[in-house]
Amino acid sequence: MNLGVLIPLAIFLIAIFVIGLLASKTSMTAKNGFLQDYFLGGRELGGFVLAMTMVATYGSASSFLGGPGTAYTVGFGWVLLATIQVVTGYFVLLILGKKFAILGRKYNAVTMIDFLKARYNSSAVAILAAIAIIIFLFSAMTAQWVGGGWLIESLTGLQYTTSLFIFAVSVLVYVIIGGFRAVAVTDAVQGAIMVIGTLVLLIGVIIAGGGVPAIMQDLLNENPRLVTPFGADGSLTAAYVSSFWILVGVGVVGLPQMAVRAMSYKSSRAMHRALVIGTIVTGIIMLNMHLIGVFARPVMPGIEVADKVIPLLALEVLPAWLAGIVLAAPMAAIMSTVDALLLLVSSAIVKDVYLNFIKPDATEKSVKWISFGVTGVLGIIVFLLALQPPELLIFLNLFAFGGLEAAFIWPVVLGLYWKYGNKYGAIASMITGIASYIIIHFYNEAYGNLLGVHTVTIPVVLSFLAFVFGSLAIKQKAFEF
Amino acid sequence: METKTNTQPTIDPRFKIAHREAWIGVGLAIFNFIWWFGFAYGLGSRPVEEYTYILGLPDWFFYSCVVGFVLISALVIFVVKFILKEVSFEEEGEQAP
Repeated sequence: MNLGVLIPLAIFLIAIFVIGLLASKTSMTAKNGFLQDYFLGGRELGGFVLAMTMVATYGSASSFLGGPGTAYTVGFGWVLLATIQVVTGYFVLLILGKKFAILGRKYNAVTMIDFLKARYNSSAVAILAAIAIIIFLFSAMTAQWVGGGWLIESLTGLQYTTSLFIFAVSVLVYVIIGGFRAVAVTDAVQGAIMVIGTLVLLIGVIIAGGGVPAIMQDLLNENPRLVTPFGADGSLTAAYVSSFWILVGVGVVGLPQMAVRAMSYKSSRAMHRALVIGTIVTGIIMLNMHLIGVFARPVMPGIEVADKVIPLLALEVLPAWLAGIVLAAPMAAIMSTVDALLLLVSSAIVKDVYLNFIKPDATEKSVKWISFGVTGVLGIIVFLLALQPPELLIFLNLFAFGGLEAAFIWPVVLGLYWKYGNKYGAIASMITGIASYIIIHFYNEAYGNLLGVHTVTIPVVLSFLAFVFGSLAIKQKAFEF
Repeated sequence: METKTNTQPTIDPRFKIAHREAWIGVGLAIFNFIWWFGFAYGLGSRPVEEYTYILGLPDWFFYSCVVGFVLISALVIFVVKFILKEVSFEEEGEQAP
């Protein structure tokens, strides 16, 4: 592999490592108590870092590799689908918004589960939520690690195991010792690299293709359906694509890794800035990355593995050193998702299980070492799991995504805004959401999509009904916030 | 249920602002969806030969996704600048530092 590509990538990994360590130093001098600091950055994020950590956590391997790869195969229909994600830039922060920030402080909540536990005054809700988070985010995290390992492998030519090891070391150290603040600060840098990489590659592919009109003519000559909203084989229906408004749009509110960020900001001014920055940055990344995927088709025909489209394209159309910088973008996307998930699973174990149920009176000092220890052990387990890579990266990722959304969207949103919501509703909603997701997932695999929509749609409706019926049927009582 | 008890004064005034802003979020998303869907499938359902191209991109895509993104960003900026209110996140009674 080309040394010109490797040097920028190596510089990127070292820079992230160093920035993570520098951010950790401040975390060692906690003034708000260790837990708040380690898992929530002491609720001190400003607007820019908040926006970037939300975008970077949300944007993952599928935004930079799998998604554009699918756009390469399917055409403009998939870019249309990806554009839905602009909504996440403002929706999550506006919906959870100020109420979540105020209640989070009032309940002294460090995790989303803390909030649920206080709102519903129920340990059962907390346990159920912790189990869902640990199982689903674990699978999502493993998929992302596999993506990280693959990417380093395909760029460097190193063995997969070695690549994974390099990836693990670059992420683990700063997450373990630096906690949330190190994650957020590195996310900000990674988010900036994602934007720059996206723009550079877009310009590169347009030049290589001889301009947008020429690319469009090539696409029309090959298969006119590539420029329609309906996909290369005409199978993308309006109902199916629109149902992604739930999965990658409004449903993102229910993802714990996003919700926890909506408790982490300093002031309403920070939130306002993040709304603007987050919307614009998400739009630039999602729109352009997937356009790049389509534009790549005439420039580099015949690529069969979707995940390889972007790396191969960058190496083809850009000078080596620039390709190295561009390919740091998917690496950044993967790292910034992984670090957030790792810390979140760790917080579910330490705060929501250990401190809630096993040893509530643990000292500050022992909590500190347990947090470092759990995060570290989790990292090693994920590393070992990722050595045997599961085949479909995007599949696992979406499964975890949809399952968590169906489980949490209503307990969080209605918990915030509907005073009659209670623990019976929340428990019914979580169980219904997850169970129906799994059932419908397998039904759709076997018989095609039920009602022609994405798997997540029906479980989100069912979990809504379960929440409302559960809350109204048993012990109807208004909650005082 | 329908007796309006006088619980109004206990409701935190900050929550009123928060509730209004959450509805603004819902409104923005609905507008965003209608714009996105209307142009994508309204214009995109024509035969491919009838497409026109703006900046090289098919018209349905240009309006739905490119203009849609710019417009929604502008709306978010407008909402943030003129409608959202700043509130303190600390508990009342506590002195904010």
